[in-house]
Amino acid sequence: MTTRPTIALVGALILAMGVVELLRLRARRSGSGRRFFAHRPAVWGVRILLFFTVAALLAPLVAPYDPAAQPGIVTLQNTPPSWAHPLGTDAYSSDIWSRLVYGGRVSLGVGLLATLVAMTVGVTIGAVAGYAGGWIDSLLMRLVDVGLAVPRIFMLLFAVAYWNRIPLSILVLLLGLTGWFTTSRLVRAETLSLRGRPFVDAARAIGASPTRVLIRHLLPSALAPIIVSAVLSVGNVMLLEAGLSFLGFGVQPPTPSWGTMVADGQAQLALAPWTSFFPGLTIALVVMSWNAVGDALRDAFDPRPEHA
Amino acid sequence: MGGVWLIRRIAAAAAIVFAVVSITFVAIHLAPGSPFLPPPDRPLDTAVVARLNRQFGLDQPIRVQYVRYLKNLAHGNLGYAFSRGQTVRAALATTIPDTLLLAGTALSLDLGLGLILGVVLAARARRATDVILSNLTLFIYSVPAFWLGLVLVFVFADWLHWFPGGFTNTPGLYENLPFFGQLGDRLHHLALPALTLGLVGAAGTARYQRAALLETLGREFVRTARAKGVRERRVILVHALRNSLLPLITLAGLSLPFLLTGSVLIESVFSWPGMGRMATDAVLARDHALVSGIAMVASAMVVTGSLVADVLYAAADPRIRERAT
Repeated sequence: MTTRPTIALVGALILAMGVVELLRLRARRSGSGRRFFAHRPAVWGVRILLFFTVAALLAPLVAPYDPAAQPGIVTLQNTPPSWAHPLGTDAYSSDIWSRLVYGGRVSLGVGLLATLVAMTVGVTIGAVAGYAGGWIDSLLMRLVDVGLAVPRIFMLLFAVAYWNRIPLSILVLLLGLTGWFTTSRLVRAETLSLRGRPFVDAARAIGASPTRVLIRHLLPSALAPIIVSAVLSVGNVMLLEAGLSFLGFGVQPPTPSWGTMVADGQAQLALAPWTSFFPGLTIALVVMSWNAVGDALRDAFDPRPEHA
Repeated sequence: MGGVWLIRRIAAAAAIVFAVVSITFVAIHLAPGSPFLPPPDRPLDTAVVARLNRQFGLDQPIRVQYVRYLKNLAHGNLGYAFSRGQTVRAALATTIPDTLLLAGTALSLDLGLGLILGVVLAARARRATDVILSNLTLFIYSVPAFWLGLVLVFVFADWLHWFPGGFTNTPGLYENLPFFGQLGDRLHHLALPALTLGLVGAAGTARYQRAALLETLGREFVRTARAKGVRERRVILVHALRNSLLPLITLAGLSLPFLLTGSVLIESVFSWPGMGRMATDAVLARDHALVSGIAMVASAMVVTGSLVADVLYAAADPRIRERAT
């Protein structure tokens, strides 16, 4: 590691820590903000997520090497972690830390974008089903039943088979389109419970269109559970992407993603365990962070009486 | 329990599986090309392709093909898995037992370990034991199962040589063993994959059980029990635990999709010849008949899981039983 990546790395760490403290100061003003920051795993989760996001965004600065470079396929392959290669090198002599940083762009990006797709579809369908009721509701909810009957990874495997080398954009779309079922159920339930409230009747009475009632009045009230389910879903999508990539159906080489990196290392597990270990550990840490943040958000939004 | 309720519930489950079968059928037939489209490196005479298409009825309209497919299904004929050189039914029959063995063992580990851990966490809530173990369960809950599998293989197979790192038995040795030797060999091979899947599941169950038990411990009857002077151990293990167990039935029923998902990845890590690994191979080989068969079985398993959970729940909870009648 030369000076530049070391400085960039320290910078990313300081930035992640600093932003958390800034957020903590701001959050002090509201009860739910204080409840969130009382959740210690979640605070660490935010730090970890910020760190990997900053590192991925500043990848050219943070990564000491070109992630695709194979400087010495014979002399430098599978070298254990050292100062020059902090996490070692893989079978193609590429630097694992550099690939991890660049892979973060793919893994985090796919997770976030696919969740955005899933939430958009899920919220729309759930809101329409809950608000329209009748046969539209029944039809959409039966569709959800069917969607939930096939494990998501099977659905993805079968869909992915239409492509020989699946483009990243399609992968994001497929991950999103197989992940909206539970969200739509949740939003439907929220919409149903809010539909009969006086403020909705009031909005309708002054002539607001159904679309306006949904977007301006119902959805803002249902935002908290939607946010929680979105945050939890990012981790879940990242695990699915990693799994698909591990099987060879997800992100296609030479693009590095954390899942493909684990798969690449499987062949030399006994020889060079670090090639699989660090990418997998990174997935675990990041997914854990999303889960912790999701848990804390749920508690922060929905304060239940102190149990035990 | 009301018979009508049960019948309606079963009919709904059957309808879902039927819908899955139909959607899979349509999706596969919308896919471009035909099973006999030759790969570019191995050209095939178009006349031969046309003859094969005619022979297998693929030149007929999709409606006709769909009806024929359903008729065959009704006769238990799921088609021919060309990538394995056997019928889809035979392929499923050889792989499902191994998947069920793995998933079943993992599920018992999942529930057993998860329940105990959840109770310990709740009993020690907010003390050091709870904080440390809760963070650990959160981590294991978030770990990619296939990676945990690789880590266990590295530690227990490559390094310590305690367990084999793959396959269901030792080829060459297994056939010559006496019955109990065979059983031991199979269990020895089952240990790591089942542990991998079971640990990840147990982490989820423990998190759930901790929350459920803590919620129960805040209820009035627990306060009454404590006020009567019942010892804390008994309050937790008898009064509260029994009342927090019900949701676990639903959780077990809902864990089937998780187990099947896990089996796809874990079977690949451990070269376990189950349905999950066959699904991966079928997709790679573009074996559509096999893919539809797997989709059908997977959805049937998931739907049956939640059906059984519902029935057990109704049997265990008099409140639900009343309403279901």
